Amino acid sequence: MAEVVTFYALSVIILAFGLLVVTARNTIYSILFLIVDFLAVALLYAAMNSLLLAMIQVLVYVGGIVVLYLFVVILVNLKRPSEQHVDPGRKSVIGGVMAAAVLAELTVIGVYNAIRPSVVPGAATDVGSVEKVGMALFTNYLIPFEVASMLLLVAMVGAIILAKREL
Amino acid sequence: MGAITPTHYVLLSAALFMIGVFGVLTRRNIIVIFMSIELILNAVNINLMAFSNQWGNSNGQVFAIFVIAVAAAEAAVGLGIILAFYRNKETVNIDEMNVMRW
Amino acid sequence: MIDTVVVPLLKIFVVLNAVLVAVTFMVLLERKVIAWVQVRLGPMRVGPYGVLQPVADVVKLMTKEDITPVKADRWVFTAAPMIALIPALMVFAVIPFGPEVSIFGRRVTLYITDINVGLLYIISVASIGVYGIILAGWSSNSKYPLLASLRASAQLISYEVAVTMTLVSMIVTAGTMSMVGIVNAQLNHGVWYLFAQPLAFFIYFVGGLAETNRAPFDLPEAEQELTGGFHTEYSGMRFALFFLAEYANMIVVSSVATTLFLGGWLRPFPNVAFLGFLDFIPGWIWFLLKTFVWLYIFLWVRATLPRYRYDQLMRLGWKVLIPLAILNVVITATMKVLL
Repeated sequence: MAEVVTFYALSVIILAFGLLVVTARNTIYSILFLIVDFLAVALLYAAMNSLLLAMIQVLVYVGGIVVLYLFVVILVNLKRPSEQHVDPGRKSVIGGVMAAAVLAELTVIGVYNAIRPSVVPGAATDVGSVEKVGMALFTNYLIPFEVASMLLLVAMVGAIILAKREL
Repeated sequence: MGAITPTHYVLLSAALFMIGVFGVLTRRNIIVIFMSIELILNAVNINLMAFSNQWGNSNGQVFAIFVIAVAAAEAAVGLGIILAFYRNKETVNIDEMNVMRW
Repeated sequence: MIDTVVVPLLKIFVVLNAVLVAVTFMVLLERKVIAWVQVRLGPMRVGPYGVLQPVADVVKLMTKEDITPVKADRWVFTAAPMIALIPALMVFAVIPFGPEVSIFGRRVTLYITDINVGLLYIISVASIGVYGIILAGWSSNSKYPLLASLRASAQLISYEVAVTMTLVSMIVTAGTMSMVGIVNAQLNHGVWYLFAQPLAFFIYFVGGLAETNRAPFDLPEAEQELTGGFHTEYSGMRFALFFLAEYANMIVVSSVATTLFLGGWLRPFPNVAFLGFLDFIPGWIWFLLKTFVWLYIFLWVRATLPRYRYDQLMRLGWKVLIPLAILNVVITATMKVLL
């Protein structure tokens, strides 16, 4: 019962703030709504009994990536809404048809699930625990782990070179 | 309402994905486009976590960690590019980022 | 019902009240200690020897006029102090003040909760506190606070890397991320990790000074620089919240340092039976004593050392502390495998 309430409350927050992110006129407000969105997703992971991923989500996304976005927006100083262009090449009819198709598909999935629900996960497994994720990460996926660390190093060097002023 | 099946998570992930795609296609401000891409990546992560929970396998969580790492790298480089572009052209509206067009 | 809802709520109530009262008295303690170091007396007028000074401070701040700059962003200007304060208080949910005790016949653990990623939770929540500073500077819509807030947040995120590396080496030493687990690991090893990891202790202390914007790293908020830093435009209760956030952060850093390096609630030499007569002192008193020692060292350092310039500060963080912290992680991991 608590699980159901948590899931619905968090999903309402996630979707509502997601919509606010893409429709807010002030970019700083978009970033603030994005922070709330990421925190809600982290709470969703915690409700799924995966505390490690929840903490990593907060630490990397909220504590790192969005700070970077905020810095860039402040440096670029986007307080004024600067987008009044309407692209004449935009095809609204096709967009509307595709949106309706996706909506129909999602409704079908929802109805099908209500009739024949899929497998409910077992009682609180510890698959999200630090030990299990750590073992999987450092034994089965060791090579992708090292490659990801090199990717981050390359990205760091690249970002510094791109954003640096010539002195 | 019963229990929360993975299908609930899939529907949530699909909705968040659609919101992200809507943001990428509609907004003209490139930073908001980048933020919508982060929303899309989060939707993918929710999906991965839900299935990892269902099958009791840690692979989904490891994949989600890599998605987060790649999102961090992409955000850093993308914002570096935006800053470099802004220094030259004083704009972040992608309709005006047409320097290479004829 | 009682155990899952009422007891944690009571614990939260007690901890929050204790922290907020401690913060107000920290303000007085700082002024007194710095005064005594400088051979003067400090606040002496309000109450006997000035001990009621915090009451006067609180009354002053609450009755001051609340000025909002005309072109400031209303919502963000109001929210920034809260965003600075809330993560500092949230950390207290996982700090272990003492072992399990019996209160009124009920077994009660002297910590609000113990999640098994406690240390990672502390790092994550502390990194949210940066937003309060950035948003305060930006929403004031004035150039000095903006520059000061960018400097302060750059300093914070730089030292966060070194502090996180240090905490990683502590996690490797203790073998667990839960705070209670780390204290128990110190009990099992029989030695405070201060002696097992002196380099980590030093880096954590210096990083903690920089993280909380305390001297000698307080360039972003010193009055002689940039007219007061990122909280220039704040007055009254909002300014009080920033002050509360800074002192609460100090208490957080001290509590985490106590748990990680000084053995939490353990008495000195916990495994030496000869000193068993010290056991009548309850665990939380040891915790408070050790935290107080750290806080005193914070104040002592402020009274003694001159301020770092900003480029010296960044050089220290990036070129000295981060390589040392990485070296510490490598050495710790090697010794953990070999021993």
